[in-house]
Amino acid sequence: MQRILELFFSPHAFRDVLPDIWLGFQTNIHMMVVAEILVLIFALLIAVIRGIPGRAAIPLRALTIFYVDFFRGTPLIIVALVIGVGVPAADAGWISSRAATTYGIASITIVYSAYVAEVYRAGIESIHQSQRMAARSLGLSYAQTMRYVVLPQAIRRVIPPLLNDFIGLQKDTAIVFVIGIGEAVLAAQNYSTAYSNFTGYTVAAVFFVILTIPLARFTDSIIRQRELRERAAQ
Amino acid sequence: MSAESFVKVENVSKSFGENQVLTNVSLDIAAHDVVCLIGASGSGKSTLLRCINLLEKVDAGSITFDGQTITNSKLNVNELRQHIGIVFQAFNLFPHMTVLQNVTLSPRKTRGLSKKQAEERAYELLDRIGLREKAEEFPDRLSGGQQQRVAIVRALAMDPKLMLLDEITSALDPQLVSEVLQLVRDLSEIGMTMIIATHEMSFAREVSTKVCFLDAGVILEEGPPSQLFGDPKEERTRAFLSSILAAGRM
Repeated sequence: MQRILELFFSPHAFRDVLPDIWLGFQTNIHMMVVAEILVLIFALLIAVIRGIPGRAAIPLRALTIFYVDFFRGTPLIIVALVIGVGVPAADAGWISSRAATTYGIASITIVYSAYVAEVYRAGIESIHQSQRMAARSLGLSYAQTMRYVVLPQAIRRVIPPLLNDFIGLQKDTAIVFVIGIGEAVLAAQNYSTAYSNFTGYTVAAVFFVILTIPLARFTDSIIRQRELRERAAQ
Repeated sequence: MSAESFVKVENVSKSFGENQVLTNVSLDIAAHDVVCLIGASGSGKSTLLRCINLLEKVDAGSITFDGQTITNSKLNVNELRQHIGIVFQAFNLFPHMTVLQNVTLSPRKTRGLSKKQAEERAYELLDRIGLREKAEEFPDRLSGGQQQRVAIVRALAMDPKLMLLDEITSALDPQLVSEVLQLVRDLSEIGMTMIIATHEMSFAREVSTKVCFLDAGVILEEGPPSQLFGDPKEERTRAFLSSILAAGRM
């Protein structure tokens, strides 16, 4: 017991490692914020393209379906290795000489956009046909109907599942330590290798939990408010 | 005999898969006519209205509106629909927009009206139906009757030449029906051309210039309201009207 406490919860190691982990965790925060913004935009684009009707749009739709199937099925760690190690190794000029965090952000964005695109799509499809019909009957085009009537309602509706995916995304910024990004987990690993003590992992875990709890509670409160409003409307 | 037709439906057929909803329907409507479509649910009234503003594509036949054949595929449907307003049974207001935003959306986006112009016009219309003070409210704060009147005003804000009303009182509590019907009456008085699918027989009798009885996708009988309600020729029309009468709805 004493040994376990010493290995994972050592006060001495805690003081030692905290500054490094905090420094690394700032990189996690940086990656999650940028990736979340990019995912919001990119995933919406995918979802909207996937919904474009008509024969002419078949190749575009097929492309988005392939994208979603492929990247939803591929583990993030593989995407991170291919992009974070493979792309620099390819020595292809500008694209091969970015910062490691940029590759990390790109990997997370690529994979999470596939998930979030499906969340958006579910939201878009949940808007009743009669709303589109009403908009089209007023002379609005397909694109205007999407922009002013369908998407504003769809996005509002998917905020809770979207935030849930973002909790996943925040944790997964830890995965990209495999490509050598100096984030919290790497700092913890460095410490454990040097001093054979795992307290750094505990500290990193606490950082992640502290960050996700407010988001989880925020999601809960949105859902609760919505339920109240819907009950009031009936 | 009315002057030349403003809306002319010729031999229109429409089916959804196996389900034949309209069969060779023809209908002639002059400007300022108010035509009521009556008949059981599923007889094709709504589908006919939706075909007229191209929310549904006809399988066969043609429709002419204001001198233009609208059933050919070259037509710009968005442009056409700006001239044909439709109001639905379930109101279909946009729940994320205020009353004012609902009414001004299409004039601004399709007509290029400025926010100020569109709002002035919207307030004018809302004034007319006594709902100016609800302009900033969201639809779920309004009664069903108020919502339906806003839906009518939303269509009117586009200055349509033709209004299609699809059972617009069927989803309303009985005490809210009259305020909506009064608005439709006002429209008929200012000469709006309207095609109205309805179950309100006494209203149809009072307001329409022509009544059509639809049965299983065909117009079985049509005529002036006094004739169709007073002396229907077809056995099935009589059966329909007497069942309505028995239900106390006339």
